[in-house]
Amino acid sequence: MRETVSADNELAELLGPDWVPVQLLTPDGDRVAHPDYDPWIADLTDDDLVALYEDLVVVRRIDTEATALQRQGELGLWPPLLGQEAAQIGSARALRDDDFVFTSYRENAVAYCRGVEIAELMPVWRGTALSGWNPFDVGMATPAVIIGAQALHATGYALGCQKDGVDSVAIAYFGDGATSQGDVNEAMIFAASFHAPVIFFCQNNQWAISEPVGLQAARPIAGRAPAFGIPSMRVDGNDVLAVMAATRIALDRARNGGGPMFIEAVTYRMGPHTTSDDPGRYENPAEKAEWAAKDPVDRLERLLAAAGLLTDGVRERVASRAAAVAAELRAGCLGLADPEPLTVFDYVYATGDPELERQRSQYSAYLRLFDAGQFGDAS
Amino acid sequence: MTTLTLAKALGLGLRRALEDDPRVVIMGEDVGTLGGVFRVTDGLQADFGADRVMDMPLAESGIIGTAVGLAFRGYRPVCEIQFDGFIYPGFDQIVAQVAKLHYRTAGNVRMPITIRVPFGGGIGAVEHHSESPEAYFTHTSGLRVVACSNPQDGYSMLRQAIASDDPVLFFEPKRRYWVKGEVDETLDLPLHAARVVLPGTDVTLVTYGPLVSTALDAAAAALADGISIEVIDLRSLSPVDFATVEASVRRTGRLVITHEAAQFGGVGAELAAVITERCFEHLEAAPARVTGFDTPYPAAKLEEHFLPDLDRILDAVDRVLGRQNSLTGWVASA
Repeated sequence: MRETVSADNELAELLGPDWVPVQLLTPDGDRVAHPDYDPWIADLTDDDLVALYEDLVVVRRIDTEATALQRQGELGLWPPLLGQEAAQIGSARALRDDDFVFTSYRENAVAYCRGVEIAELMPVWRGTALSGWNPFDVGMATPAVIIGAQALHATGYALGCQKDGVDSVAIAYFGDGATSQGDVNEAMIFAASFHAPVIFFCQNNQWAISEPVGLQAARPIAGRAPAFGIPSMRVDGNDVLAVMAATRIALDRARNGGGPMFIEAVTYRMGPHTTSDDPGRYENPAEKAEWAAKDPVDRLERLLAAAGLLTDGVRERVASRAAAVAAELRAGCLGLADPEPLTVFDYVYATGDPELERQRSQYSAYLRLFDAGQFGDAS
Repeated sequence: MTTLTLAKALGLGLRRALEDDPRVVIMGEDVGTLGGVFRVTDGLQADFGADRVMDMPLAESGIIGTAVGLAFRGYRPVCEIQFDGFIYPGFDQIVAQVAKLHYRTAGNVRMPITIRVPFGGGIGAVEHHSESPEAYFTHTSGLRVVACSNPQDGYSMLRQAIASDDPVLFFEPKRRYWVKGEVDETLDLPLHAARVVLPGTDVTLVTYGPLVSTALDAAAAALADGISIEVIDLRSLSPVDFATVEASVRRTGRLVITHEAAQFGGVGAELAAVITERCFEHLEAAPARVTGFDTPYPAAKLEEHFLPDLDRILDAVDRVLGRQNSLTGWVASA
């Protein structure tokens, strides 16, 4: 492992009292009062809490099922979000339908919240298409694979909202690694300069593939934004309530002309970067065990249990919903047909290109030779 | 019909686009109060407001990347890159996002973004201010890459680029900014059609951007020698209107290509290859290229050697005609 900029003890010192992540729900499931954050989730009913729990359980199940599909050879790759459920659900459930989301590739729980069809999560990872849904149907762009590019897209979209005089907000999701990219930093500069209604939502999951966050940031990441003129919050990313409250604070501010805001959700990537990764080469078992005890699903479950909300009926309903989603995911995956060969030429340009048409017709003629048996079996 | 410099013609094109479509926004460094370092956007911010003609922070990736977001929101951004050599910080957003979002989303997301780039040398500028980066973009599917050469094309092609639902890299020959020509606002030329600027019978000379006028000078000089050169302004570098070039080469049997960009992997290489594939039996000689050398753009006092000029072009014409030339050597008595 490469030397990190800050040793653990140094980091603790740097964090200081101001950078302790805000927490409303302890790992034991106890609700902690916070004068600034509490009002933003005061409206949550018991049913809302149960719905959040269902979300957490369902997206974890999506992750488990997709990982299994990859291990069975049905998916080429899958980027697990295990451990990051609360960060994604808490923030995405705070959004309005007319807000617009720009993400990286790990935000499958965000996609779920936006109403993306379960089966539409699959084509990218099965390799049948480069995207799975129409961004305009769900208010969420096709995930960006080059980390950080989407922070600028969100900022530009926010500028458009501003020009249109609407109170929609754009939100960019990225990880701690992406904060090293120029694009994320340029996005913060542009957003601050134009007072754009955009939220920068950083899921600090401690790892950029094998590189620890210390290699990306010598100081808490949330500490950067104020220097760009953007207020920031640092919240416990495994606490769905704190994440939701923070996102609502940022959304409200942006809707009312307050400009951009930065949220660092401090969480932990419990699985590999993707199914191709081998975290055994670099992860710290003690650290991982420490984070396992802070599990986002467990802590909400404990809160619900203590409040008597986790009845057998609720458990059954949530379990059956998770099973149904998993079945839908699997069926959607296995049901994906390989694309027709000539569709490789589709959608390069919005308007035609004669040279591309030439290649299409030549390749079409070539393929027909197989059909005619002249080159042997095309299959 | 008005007589305008290329810079003014481009400014007029932008003005008309802003008037016609409220979704058009201009974004760039110094495009507002200053009117751009070449004054192409002169007066536009005063007339359309800072909301539509936006001075941006000095970050090219930021300019292109926010344009992507605006396009998601239904806008038609026109980005100005201040100088050719400054486009590289925006390269990733151009080739990985702008070029591919339509394909990536199976046609759901359109990127009607125009990226204007003053390009080429000949103005005695310092490093990074005289480059010809067009080949990087012609290699990327999903982008349209065009270069204008005169005020009429500057006006018409820019209007079409902005109206295009595809992203367009729009190269403007900066050493031609101050050359005047007539502009007919009603003239509508297809964006990707090449233009036969001067008909001829002996050699096809293909070029674009700043070298179109040099090519015409060469043709005039050759005519004095009894050689008839057909000059074609390619206008669109991707996709290329090969049909126009093919038709010409079938008649002349000889092809010379000239551009300021370095030779290796340049637009000329692709032209030579494609025309050779498609017109092999019509060619009387191997196509010849006259280009910038495969060196970085040199210091200003060397650029007259780097840039193709009338004599280097005529030397290549002699080559494809089988006349004595710099490669065969000259015979004193010939």
